[in-house]
Parts: sequence; structure tokens; C-alpha cells
Amino acid sequence: MGIQRIAVVGAGRVGTAVARTLVDAGYDVTLSGSGSPAEVEAFASIVAPGAQARWTAEAVTQADLVIVAVPLHRLASLAPAPFTGRVVVDAMNYWPPIDGELEEFDAAPDGTSRVVERLLAGSTIVKTLNHVGYHDLEVDRRALGHPQRLGLAVAGDDPSAVAIVAGVIERIGYDPVTLPSLADGRALQPGGPVFGARLTAAEISRALRDLRLEAA
Amino acid sequence: MSNPWSQDSALSTRAEPRVADPAPGGLHFGIGTFAFQTADDDGSPTPGPQVLRDVVAEAVAAERAGLDSFGIAEHYRPGMMDSAAPVVLGAIASRTTTLRLGTAVTVLSTQDPVRVYNEYATLDAVSDGRAQLIVGRGSAIESFPLFGFRLADYEQLFEEKLDLLMRLLREQPVTWSGRFRSPLVDQVLEPSVAPGAIPVWVGVGGSPQSVVRAARFGLPLMLGIIGGSIERFGPLVDLYRRTMQTLGQAEQPVGMHVHGFIADTDDEAIERFWPVWSGMMNAEAPKRGWAPFRRDRYDAEVAAGSLVVGSPETVARQVAAGMRTLGATRFDFVAAASRMPHKDKRENIERFGLEVVPHVRTLLADTATGVA
Repeated sequence: MGIQRIAVVGAGRVGTAVARTLVDAGYDVTLSGSGSPAEVEAFASIVAPGAQARWTAEAVTQADLVIVAVPLHRLASLAPAPFTGRVVVDAMNYWPPIDGELEEFDAAPDGTSRVVERLLAGSTIVKTLNHVGYHDLEVDRRALGHPQRLGLAVAGDDPSAVAIVAGVIERIGYDPVTLPSLADGRALQPGGPVFGARLTAAEISRALRDLRLEAA
Repeated sequence: MSNPWSQDSALSTRAEPRVADPAPGGLHFGIGTFAFQTADDDGSPTPGPQVLRDVVAEAVAAERAGLDSFGIAEHYRPGMMDSAAPVVLGAIASRTTTLRLGTAVTVLSTQDPVRVYNEYATLDAVSDGRAQLIVGRGSAIESFPLFGFRLADYEQLFEEKLDLLMRLLREQPVTWSGRFRSPLVDQVLEPSVAPGAIPVWVGVGGSPQSVVRAARFGLPLMLGIIGGSIERFGPLVDLYRRTMQTLGQAEQPVGMHVHGFIADTDDEAIERFWPVWSGMMNAEAPKRGWAPFRRDRYDAEVAAGSLVVGSPETVARQVAAGMRTLGATRFDFVAAASRMPHKDKRENIERFGLEVVPHVRTLLADTATGVA
């Protein structure tokens, strides 16, 4: 299945960095935020040229893939209907030192992506992009086969959704490391061994294996 | 009018605003500090009250070294003494005569703008017109629970409080109402300051919305740089300038706030600063969930100029290159961050003022005339 149209929801630091990276990789990218398309367009044209500003609902319903990068405390304000039936990348993190305490995400034994899944009920959630710093995302891209090409973990329950997202990760300049369950995304969260660590795919696999051994 | 003094205040607000600092074509070099608890010679923590007296001494050293300003941050956590900047700045005011006295940053989101006005108008009075502010939303958020604010209101809090602060600084008496504090009716605050006399910069960390907000308010922009490449801030500066133009705002300076360390040689500076910087990053890492800070990362930051570390010559080249890349005319140096002993901080401030800044001025003047 060819992925060409990607809706990036969230036009802050992370959303604009992701949008730039996707535009660079040749995707048709829309960007939406809490403001109107005109407000988003005013800065998107400069910080993420090539990305089209849209209302979130319109962008999401027309996209082949959706990437959500809004502050977690704002997630509940997104209307879930347009996300129904879509593959949605959760690029977000619960970060109490930044977000403050959010009860729902605090008590998330199966990872914060499970909470995102509940809030965007009806969509297929895949977790990735969350463990790379937004200011590293573009700098760290490397061509396929480059000896220093880094990896990005991709976790989800639905193998075909994971494969779709892994294809995007590969195309923007990283080696995907797929994980078979959305709950595996716990290992990608802040405090986990790969968060902000800039590792190759082999190093990510090793770090996650060590973590499993530790837990066993 | 209900206030018998309002006529006087109205008169005083007609005074001309002071010239922007830096003035067009000019440059500004400042020091920023977080008032970290430093270490004594034997490695034991210096008592907090002594740290604050040392900060005052560092500011005095900054003025003697010819620097333009000294800015104090705002935190409420163990090991950081920067919880009441205006008090420290008042002490510095009494021991200096030309140094601009400021903040880096004031977490305006969780302050009462009326109180901020009172403090900095008073500081401006006792220092004979030397107060300045950098206000921000704050990247450390401990002030939200401490003062009873909800982090979910992060954006609206800053927007509303900046609006009120700028109203108070630009056009008293003020009639105002908002969500987060009681309304003001024909309010006049003393001491009065001339409109625009106290420079207010907006400190941003990289969010485009924050940059647009600074432009909407027509305020100068200070970029807080703590990592990554300097180039990545280029589009934000571009966004700021274009938004200012679109809105018809008068041109304002752009500044950058960067950490670093100076020693006799590059190697010495890099090796001495590594344990300090990695120690600071790794103390923060478990709280923020970061992976341990690695040496290769440090070396990359130094090479990219987001940390200015090296001999005075090297640091001057890094500073000039960064300012040129972003078109910045103000550079605030955070000298020898974290627990580095006071004498090293002080020495770094002196070396920045005496050995680095003159060289930067030369490098930038050469660029301006096309010589370099």
C-alpha cells in the first residue's frame, strides 16, 4: 500500500521538525495545530516550507497516515471521529517535568500509547519518533546502508500498520526496529534505554533485549 | 479620576523611550547565571547564602570586564539559588554603575505581572535606569504547582500575563481584565517608568508559536540554545523577522543565550568542562528520562557551537560565527555552568569580557566591511 499523504497533527517544535523531514523525503504533508490554517500557514511557510496548513479534521480524513505530536494534555481536545479507521503514529511522550502530572498517563501500566489508543478510539496506533529529540531528527538522517545510520523503534499491535510506518521511517533516513506490541512502546518512553540515545538499529535491539533479560 | 496622583503619572508616561539596547548597528554582550550551588575547593557544596554573595561579586566582575548586562534565571529547586532575582539585582545595582540588570528568564507564566512591574520599576529606579527583563514560559515547570497554577494553562497564562505586563510598562493608567488575576480599573503603579524604558525580551526555546508571539508583541527575541546545531534556529529567526515585517512592527534585535567555558587552550577547556556539563546533564537525565549524556554528544555540541568551549580565540570565533549565522546582535554567555567553583566562574566572566568580546567585535566588524 503506497503511503503518500501524511497529516502531521501538532505544529510545535516536534510537528514542524517531523513535517520538514517528511517533505524532504518526498511526501505530501499537511500540518495542523490548535489555530486556523491561516495561523499555521503564517509560520509553516517559513519553518516547514512545503507542508500545507489545514484544519485537523480535514487533513486527517484525507491522509494515508496520521502523525500526532501535540502536548499530551491537549490530546483529549482532539475530536476522535476523523481518526477512526486510520493508522496513527503516536510521536508523543508523557513527561511530567514538562507536562506536569496527568493522572491518566501517570497510571499507564501498558504504556502511554495505550492511553492515546483509548482517547483516539477506532484508530490503529503505532508508536515511533517519540524517542528521538526533535532537534536531532533532521541532523541524524542517513542514507540506506550508511555505516552510521541510526535506528528508530516502531511498536504496534497491527503488523500491517507497523509495516506501513516502518516504510516511512526507512524512507526518511532511519533503520526501523519493529516491536510486535504497542505495549512494547513502554521501553521507548522517557527513562527507557533508547530515549534520546541516538542508537543504531543493532544497538536498539540489544538495549531492548537487555531490558527484557533484566525484567525476566 | 479616583487616583489623586494619576495626573502626575500621566505626565511622566509622556517621556521618550530610551534607545533600544543594543541600538541598531550596536552589539550587546551579557552574562547569564542560574546561581547554581557551586563547589568549594575541596568539592563540598558552598552554602547557598555564600553562593548568592558570589553571584553579586560575579556581576561586579562582569561590569569591570566591560560587559553590558548580567541576567539571573528563576528556579525553585534544590541546588539553585535563583529564586528571587530582583533582590539579588538590587544588591548588584548598589555595587555597579553601568551594567544592565536583568533576568534570564523570568517565568512570567507563574508570576503576577503587577508584582513584576513593581519589582523591576523599583530596580530601574534604584539603579538609575538599568533594569531589563527576559520573560519566558519557562522550561522548568516547578513554579506551576508551587504557585498554584495548572500546567494545562501554560500557553494562555503566558499570553495573558505578557499582555498585562506590557500594558503596565507601556500605557498607565491601565484598565484590564483577564482569566488569571483580579481586574484592574484605571490602575496606576508606582514608581512610574517611561513607556518602553525597561526593555523586555521574549525568551524562546524553539517553538514557532513562541516566536510568533514575540513578534506580535513587537518585542526583541532571545534564543535559549542548549544543544543541537545553531543553524536549526535560522528558520525561527527568519520567521520572527518576517512576522515582525508583516505586522508592521519596528525592527528589534535578536539575541542568543549560550553555555560555555574558557581556558588557556582548547584541550584544557574541553576536558575541564566535560565533567561539569555531563554532570549537569546527567543530574537532569533521570528526572527528564534522558539517556546518559555521552562524550560523542558533547564533542558534537562543541564542534557545532551550541556550547562555546575553548581558548579565548576559539570561543571568540564560535561566538562570532553563531551571531553571524543568526544575525544576532546580543550574545549572553552562561559562564562555567553548574557546580564549577565561584573563582572559575568569575575568571570565565572576566576572560569573556576582556579576551573574547573585543575579538568578537573585531571579527564581526571585519564581516560587516567584507574584509573577512
